[in-house]
Amino acid sequence: MDRQVKGILGAKLGMTQLWDNNRVVPVTVVQAGPCVVTQVRTPEKDGYSAVQLAFGAVNPRKVNKPRAGHFARAGVAPRRHLVELRTTDASEYTLGQEITADTFAPGQTVDVTGRTKGKGFAGVMKRHGFGGLRASHGVERKHRSPGSIGACATPGRVFKGVRMAGRMGGVRYTVQGLTVQAVDPEQNLILVRGAIPGPKGGLVLIRTAAKSKPAKKGGAK
Amino acid sequence: MNTLDALDAESIRTDIPDFRPGDTLKVHARVVEGNRSRIQIFQGVVIRRQGSGVRETFTIRKVSFGVGVERTYPIHSPQLDKIEIVSRGDVRRAKLYYLRGLRGKKAKIKELREKVAAS
Repeated sequence: MDRQVKGILGAKLGMTQLWDNNRVVPVTVVQAGPCVVTQVRTPEKDGYSAVQLAFGAVNPRKVNKPRAGHFARAGVAPRRHLVELRTTDASEYTLGQEITADTFAPGQTVDVTGRTKGKGFAGVMKRHGFGGLRASHGVERKHRSPGSIGACATPGRVFKGVRMAGRMGGVRYTVQGLTVQAVDPEQNLILVRGAIPGPKGGLVLIRTAAKSKPAKKGGAK
Repeated sequence: MNTLDALDAESIRTDIPDFRPGDTLKVHARVVEGNRSRIQIFQGVVIRRQGSGVRETFTIRKVSFGVGVERTYPIHSPQLDKIEIVSRGDVRRAKLYYLRGLRGKKAKIKELREKVAAS
């Protein structure tokens, strides 16, 4: 946990593609920030160091009293979303400080967290990538079923954690090791290479990558 | 749908002529070989245009030494040096896949006659 983490909240705008060195690059466009710092956690007071960021417009009339007080203490207008970022350099942030998209530079690796699209009640093929059963050779009305879920009288029960059908999606998910393709500080846009979780308009958190990027296999062709 | 149009506008090329399926084109594509690049010309009939915006692509078909060759290019690719229109074709479909099954004279596309101005 003793890392310097930079982060910003944003809304996913959608995907498009651009040309980089005559190659098509798929990018996700994120309307990132501007975020404000609403609280700074210090080891003396809170036992850990972190910085709290707020993002998103909200009608001030609809903010409840405790929440409004929290924002008033930081001296900023109320925002819709709050998130805390554990970082060792939290003391360098000041209350009410604005954080913009130029926190990140092109080429940097980032992790992007968001809430995945809900898929409803999904079968094992979609949810866990099972192969299903055969299309022919006597398989009847069972083409997408899981097959066996365990042995017989020993153990006489189904083990806990066996992957089955169920609710899929709608959970917090982090995609690690994405590259920032471009940053537009004027329009507060961050273009991230590849796909990120969530629907268009969904809240996403962009942070500096937790893991360093592994060396590319084989190198350049 | 249109939120990213402003962003896409940077990648969209405006110097591409207006062409349709059935037209015969000369595509000048930059090819990089090692560390030098040259321009390769591919001439053939447009058999489809697919997609829209920055993602739009087109497919060109020609018959080379008796073998059909099709190449698909993104319209807004910076690798395309230029596109020349050789002739306009008179076709009644948007996708000319039927050309794949035809050979010789049958695979010929009628040239579009310019419409006579209404008197």
